[in-house]
Amino acid sequence: MVPALLGLVFLMVPLAGLLVRAPWRDLPDRLFSAEVGQALRLSLVCASLATVLCLVLGVPLAWLLARGDLPGRGLVRALVTVPLVLPPVVGGVALLLVLGRRGLVGQYLYDWFGVALPFTTAGVVVAEAFVAMPFLVISVEGALRGADPRYEEAAATLGASRWLTFRRVTLPSILPGVVAGTVLCWARALGEFGATITFAGNFPGRTTTMPLAVYLALETDPAAAIVLSLVLLLVSVVVLAALRERWLRGVL
Amino acid sequence: MRTVGRVLRCLAPAAVLITMLAGCAADDSGDSAGSGPEDGLVGTVNVFAAASLTETFTTLGERFEQAHPGVDVVFNFGGSSALAEQIRQGAPADVFASAAPRNMEQVQESGDVTAGPVTFVRNRLEIAVPTGNPGSISGLADFGRPEHRIALCAEQVPCGAAADKVFTAAGVTPQPDTREPDVKAVLTKVTLGEVDAALVYRTDVRAAGDTVTGIEFPESDGAINDYPIAPLAAAPNPAAAAAFVDYVISPQARSVFTTAGFDTP
Repeated sequence: MVPALLGLVFLMVPLAGLLVRAPWRDLPDRLFSAEVGQALRLSLVCASLATVLCLVLGVPLAWLLARGDLPGRGLVRALVTVPLVLPPVVGGVALLLVLGRRGLVGQYLYDWFGVALPFTTAGVVVAEAFVAMPFLVISVEGALRGADPRYEEAAATLGASRWLTFRRVTLPSILPGVVAGTVLCWARALGEFGATITFAGNFPGRTTTMPLAVYLALETDPAAAIVLSLVLLLVSVVVLAALRERWLRGVL
Repeated sequence: MRTVGRVLRCLAPAAVLITMLAGCAADDSGDSAGSGPEDGLVGTVNVFAAASLTETFTTLGERFEQAHPGVDVVFNFGGSSALAEQIRQGAPADVFASAAPRNMEQVQESGDVTAGPVTFVRNRLEIAVPTGNPGSISGLADFGRPEHRIALCAEQVPCGAAADKVFTAAGVTPQPDTREPDVKAVLTKVTLGEVDAALVYRTDVRAAGDTVTGIEFPESDGAINDYPIAPLAAAPNPAAAAAFVDYVISPQARSVFTTAGFDTP
């Protein structure tokens, strides 16, 4: 009991510290300042776009890992989860070396199409998706493994196409897993810092997301950093709590 | 439960190893202390120094240790504002060397410095371009052209503030693509060729070697950064702290700084 309570205290006290030290008096002014709004909007947009990208690419990947006839599946699964444990800064460096203007792939994107991802909002989305996708893949793969394939087989024998089977049978049965993965993925993308600042840089309105704004505000104006942190904390808690109530009972 | 046991068993050799290493370290200092330093200086001196001093202070620390066999110099390199905050929160530091007077002033105001700080080096900004200068950058005016990719330090950190000062004086409105959290991050973007130009300290250009070319510009006179150093009031080892500060401002140390690209006052 005591260790459990200590654990709870350990996790909660830093968050309480934010609340205690927050400059409540001039909070409204700071909250509705242009910079906070800009950073928050950019954060929400980028995290959502990154989540969409993760869904489009991650669900098929999870399907492949769970059901596909894949040689060396264990190794593939391990590689897919590498961004989970990789320091995000390392992820950012890797992205820069591959997708930068002089990168392995990036140089062709730049020479042929004039596209350069670093220092763009698209770069933020890529960095966030890189770090967040494993959360989605693992959740969806777990759900697929838990689902009973006999229903799909039954649907197939009744003449349903593979797409129809996926849409009407598989997807509904794994939906809680997909939603859980999507939420985790979105929350992780929202909090992403290291890969974003390394790969996408920091420019207000274009690449300065909330975590970057917090980090830089801390250099000169700790009170502003606390306000930004509170907003991020509030958004995260509200989303996690709301979705847990509605969708994730028993999953998260 | 069984897994926990297994993990602990795996960690046990590591713990033994760490204990042994710690033991060795203790033995070492014991030996050197036992050999009797003639100057009477012993123990550890903890130096909190700006990240831009990493190379020069490491060299000076080794030389200082050779001159004073009883002393161990331990460095904590980091951003000046972060270091100042650590000191104000009571970190056990003997010496503080800051990249900006502002951070030293913060420490002075909180009463952590008694003896007045001394400016020991100055750093000036230089334009850094990737080798070969692919963007054909020739001067500060190029920073105002949107077609170039430009990296600058964020306004909140000293190198960014210095850059803004230079641009204001030169009447150039810079068009940066990114404002990085520290000068080394800016330099990385140049090293990798992701930007055509950046403003960094001259010492950073030197430290980057062949991958970066430096272009001097006359307006850099307008934003020269002073580096103050001071022994701290709560220094656990005040004698060694004073000796280290004296060494850093001594003529012997000067060549190390000038080689690295610092100006000396």
